[in-house]
Amino acid sequence: MSTPVVPTPPKKVNRIGLEPATYRGAKTTLCAGCGHNAISERIIDAFYEMGVDPTRVLKLSGIGCSSKSPAYFLGSAHGFNSVHGRMPSVATGAMLANRTMLGIGVSGDGDTGAIGVGQFVHLMRRNLPLIYIVEDNGCYGLTKGQFSPTADLGSTLKNGVVNDLPPIDICALAIELGATFVARSFSGDKKQLLSILKAAISHKGTCMIDVISPCVTFNDHEGSTKSYAYAKDHDEPVNEISFVPFFEDISVEYEEGTTTPVKMHDGSTLLLKKLESTYNPTDKLEANRMLHETARRGEFATGVIYIQPDAVDFLTLLNLVDEPLAVLPQGRTRPSRQALEEIMDKHR
Amino acid sequence: MASSDLLATPAAVTSPPLVNDLSIQVATVNGSGSQTANLVLLRSIFQMGVPVSGKNLFPSNIAGLPTWYTIRANRHGYIARKKEIDLLVAMNPETAREDVLSLEPGRAVVYDEALKLDQVRPDITFYPVPFDKIVAEVCPDARLRRLVRNMIYDGVLAHLLGIDLAEMDTALTRLMKKKAKALTLNLAALQAGFAYASEHFEGRPVPFRVERMRETHDLILIEGNGAAALGCLMAGVTVVAWYPITPSSSLCETLIDYLRKYRIDPDTGKATFAVVQAEDEIAALGMVVGASWAGARSMTSTSGPGISLMAEFTGLAYFAELPAVIFDVQRVGPSTGLPTRTAQGDIAFAAGLSHGDTKHLLLLPASVSECYTMAMQAFDLAERFQTPIFIMSDLDLGMNTWMAEPFPYPEAPLDRGKVLTEQTLAAIGEWSRYKDVDGDGIAYRSLPGQFGPGFFTRGSGHNARAQYSERPDDYTQTLDRLLRKFESARGAVPEPEIELRAGARVGIIAFGTSHWAIVETRDQLRDEDRLETSYYRLRAFPFTHHLDAFIDAHDRVYVVEQNRDGQMLGLMRQDLTGTRINKLRSVRHYNGLPIDARSVTDEIRAHEARMALPPETSAEDAIVGAEEAV
Repeated sequence: MSTPVVPTPPKKVNRIGLEPATYRGAKTTLCAGCGHNAISERIIDAFYEMGVDPTRVLKLSGIGCSSKSPAYFLGSAHGFNSVHGRMPSVATGAMLANRTMLGIGVSGDGDTGAIGVGQFVHLMRRNLPLIYIVEDNGCYGLTKGQFSPTADLGSTLKNGVVNDLPPIDICALAIELGATFVARSFSGDKKQLLSILKAAISHKGTCMIDVISPCVTFNDHEGSTKSYAYAKDHDEPVNEISFVPFFEDISVEYEEGTTTPVKMHDGSTLLLKKLESTYNPTDKLEANRMLHETARRGEFATGVIYIQPDAVDFLTLLNLVDEPLAVLPQGRTRPSRQALEEIMDKHR
Repeated sequence: MASSDLLATPAAVTSPPLVNDLSIQVATVNGSGSQTANLVLLRSIFQMGVPVSGKNLFPSNIAGLPTWYTIRANRHGYIARKKEIDLLVAMNPETAREDVLSLEPGRAVVYDEALKLDQVRPDITFYPVPFDKIVAEVCPDARLRRLVRNMIYDGVLAHLLGIDLAEMDTALTRLMKKKAKALTLNLAALQAGFAYASEHFEGRPVPFRVERMRETHDLILIEGNGAAALGCLMAGVTVVAWYPITPSSSLCETLIDYLRKYRIDPDTGKATFAVVQAEDEIAALGMVVGASWAGARSMTSTSGPGISLMAEFTGLAYFAELPAVIFDVQRVGPSTGLPTRTAQGDIAFAAGLSHGDTKHLLLLPASVSECYTMAMQAFDLAERFQTPIFIMSDLDLGMNTWMAEPFPYPEAPLDRGKVLTEQTLAAIGEWSRYKDVDGDGIAYRSLPGQFGPGFFTRGSGHNARAQYSERPDDYTQTLDRLLRKFESARGAVPEPEIELRAGARVGIIAFGTSHWAIVETRDQLRDEDRLETSYYRLRAFPFTHHLDAFIDAHDRVYVVEQNRDGQMLGLMRQDLTGTRINKLRSVRHYNGLPIDARSVTDEIRAHEARMALPPETSAEDAIVGAEEAV
């Protein structure tokens, strides 16, 4: 019996010749249906499509379900699961040590809004080049479902306990504090989240992306404002995002006045089609107005809420040499004999 | 003080003056600009070749509270704080009376005439000086008088003690070379003080005198924090993260000055370093750990309260096996305690910092020279052993001015530890992040963005291949290997300095700044009690193998430290056998002031006296407290 010869189809590779499998990580240990898994998938897609070499990526996280997820994407990248709420400082140190890397941090709403709010504040303020994703489900999953600071007023736990404190709007906080790329999305919105992530990879500065990511085990019931059903009904896109990476020679036509074009640091173009007539995402006041107005209506605004593509980032501010500080040879880090002698003379 | 002391005739006045053996205490109000005057006094004695030290005893306050500066000049080279004050300069009306009453009979006081201190007691030699009148003459601008007034006492002391006015002139010019107007005014005040003393105190006997020696030739004067900063600079530090806290701030501040001057790339004008003033000490250590994970030489400096906040990250770095260099410039705790006073109170805390089974390397600098050399050693050890390391300085060492030989240029290359490279991989054949291939407990690490595969770094829950694991055998193996690594470090940390005295039955163990008191205590015990002692100056934790032999060679060993509970002795108890533990005696000094020899000598003497009694009356008291009335 002869077997028909099936020609092997050409392997699918991205612009740097890597296969999609290269971008995968370990098998997830999170619950089936967890929004975080969908986010990991989008991260894999975005880094594959943008052609980022995973070995040039630093993955960082704090503690919680969200913070486990860096193990589930870009398996060949170095990752660091640090301590609760302190990922920003670890990321800062790592990026200072090697400015040539691309940093992606994954946090949760408790890790960011409660225990880590101090470090979050100062990370935003410094505008460190880092993609900072908050996988936001309004509760502490790993400790079995307590409210987090992003839980909405009146939202209920499974056992009926009602949240009686107002939420922290992480996006509004980030804009106020100086983040230069602030977006919100929903783990169930593949297209929007992918576009945001690709744009984030092109941005030089802190990208704070708040992703509503329902917790299927503890916060997906009736009465929760972070459930799949609630998120689908109250997702209010503020713009339609088209991202044109620098390596794709495509010119996009748009009607003047309908779209905000943003030239990204790496030459890519981000086109934000207005869904509301007056809103301009490069204006801090407008961005905050949009957040407050949608919140008042019980909705959550999604899309690129605020963007400032050319602000000075922290590594530029520090005037670091181009090479990673980590690998500078002794000849460049130990001052000369004459330098020491000069210092000694001043103390004689 | 017995009332008969008050009535005693000032004996020293009729005797020849004591040459190059005195302590001067200047009592002022902080914020009154006395620092320049005190440094000029210190420097001028130093320039005259006389061994000297200066210690600032200051309150946690910017202006208005009492502050004291003590200078000790000693021909034998004793530079620990002297318990007794020989010459008081009383400038602070608030404390003047109490300061005078606390003196021993026969001592001398220079004071502001308006305070009328000569009426306080008769057994002291007084030198009243009309500071306001003199300052008005030399400084027409009333607003500036406060700032130059203190310079007058330098002039008075120059005359009384025989300090060469030209040396004071030199010291002042050096300190104020960029401020011509201030220099002119201060020089005038200095000379006016000298002139006043010449006119009014000429021929009056003075119990103390400074004469030229040649003991300070080519030495430098520097603070411990400055010396540590210099060590970090020469160690090639690249990432510095810190949060301001007394008494450590000047370490990073000085380092920043050095980095800006010596670490700008000449070709590009860009920095070969990054410094971040973090939002707190948690973030400071987080940045250090993140930077070292990515391969940079990184450090932070702090004091006790900061160490508390660093506990969690220290534990993570211990289990994830990441280098971190942490300077703990110790002070009295807690936050609302005595933050500007010195102590060795963080020893036990730092040695086991964090939850779970953790223990850390400690370096124990005693001198500014060791602040410099141990800073460099700390980076090498942290990277060699892939672990946090604490340099346990203290306020006395860090913020005060000390003499030292000029620091030598480091000849040894940096030790960056076991990093996976093409060469190391070829040598070991196969790589796993936490596999102990050399038997010393230290595995090879691959660095992000450099050679070798990536892996996911986390705390204790991993196996030898850095995979997530909660298996009992994996966890036990991790803990046991970490212990093996710690044991390896015993052979690599700085060895103690041991001085065995032939026939000595008594040994003394001390570390850090206590050293300077011990040098003097040993001479006091020898001269006053005919008690010869051997000395073991501990320089690191874990303890090295020398400790057992030293204890075995003596009947009793006094462990001297500047805390209440004998923390270092406590660490020794964990390591030593019962027979050796039984030989240890604890001498502790904990009043916030730098330790002095007399207090230690008195404690050891009292204990030795009890040992000499017949057994039935001997109170076997293993714990001896060296408390000092303040």
